[in-house]
Amino acid sequence: MEFSEEQLKRYSRHIILPEVGGKGQQKISAAKVLIIGAGGLGCPVGYYLAAAGVGTLALVDNDEVELSNLQRQIAHSVKTLGVNKADSAKQTFESLNPDVNVVAIRERINSKNILDLIKDYDIIVDGTDNFPTRYLINDACVMLKKPLVSGAILRFEGQVTTILPGDGPCYRCLFEEPPPAGLVPSCQEAGVLGVLPGVIGALQATEVLKLIIGKGTPLKGQLLIYDALGVNFRKVKIPKNAECPMCGKDPKITKLSDTPEQYCSI
Amino acid sequence: MEDVKIDKKLDIRGVVCPYTLVKSKLAVESIEVGQILEIILDYPEAAGSIPKAMLNYGHAVLKVEKINPKEWIIQVRKEVED
Repeated sequence: MEFSEEQLKRYSRHIILPEVGGKGQQKISAAKVLIIGAGGLGCPVGYYLAAAGVGTLALVDNDEVELSNLQRQIAHSVKTLGVNKADSAKQTFESLNPDVNVVAIRERINSKNILDLIKDYDIIVDGTDNFPTRYLINDACVMLKKPLVSGAILRFEGQVTTILPGDGPCYRCLFEEPPPAGLVPSCQEAGVLGVLPGVIGALQATEVLKLIIGKGTPLKGQLLIYDALGVNFRKVKIPKNAECPMCGKDPKITKLSDTPEQYCSI
Repeated sequence: MEDVKIDKKLDIRGVVCPYTLVKSKLAVESIEVGQILEIILDYPEAAGSIPKAMLNYGHAVLKVEKINPKEWIIQVRKEVED
């Protein structure tokens, strides 16, 4: 692919980086990334990936934009209140960078549709905040061997990890099962600092770009925990569990399932 | 006398920073290790900054020459893969 004069300008700060260059920028342009959730995390992840020129960016969300989202979901605006979030974010990302093919998928992810939704993408981003969906995404990515960049936020604390199936642990190596409903408070109950998903989402977008260009060390086998109040970044090792029910040597989980739960949507 | 074999020539007269570097970097990516790129340019700052950037990328700068009051020639030998 030859760069147009406009692309040379748009991506100039990438092209002059030795780790990216024209070749890395072409990999970014050829990449297909699927973001599940166009909320607090999905907005900044999508925003930066669109700015970076990721060729195809799909957004999966079945919710509509509400006023209470605008404190942190930066791809939406008062102009898109009531609009599906994937559609709203698509408008924002396309106006930022027309090079990007933004695909809005107005669906709620479940065990029936997830494999079909993720199969054509190179990297999957988890921007949901409920445990059943987080586990479902993990399991589907392990099954199809899709790299997964997972993020989570609550109150003043967030976490990020990168799961490379076959090359490091999965989410179930850390905790085999999701916690029971009600044990972990939801964002609606507990609140979240509006900027927090920006920090965590930017870290997720960074991980995605590193995977695309194949540079640096992916955040695999580790959970990066950010504590905004104490200004601490901690990395906790996640050992691979040989007995993991999903990615262990004798996996017990062989098909996907939905656990009906009531969690908030960030 | 000119005795190096030039594998690729890049004319970026009229181009300003940072696109002088963007185009030079892409031109180096398009040649093989050991090959030589010759750049002709007229943006004064780039005559200093491009050789510096090329050294930082790990390439060799064979020549920086002011060929007339407004134009420079820079020769770069690609030393490392991108």
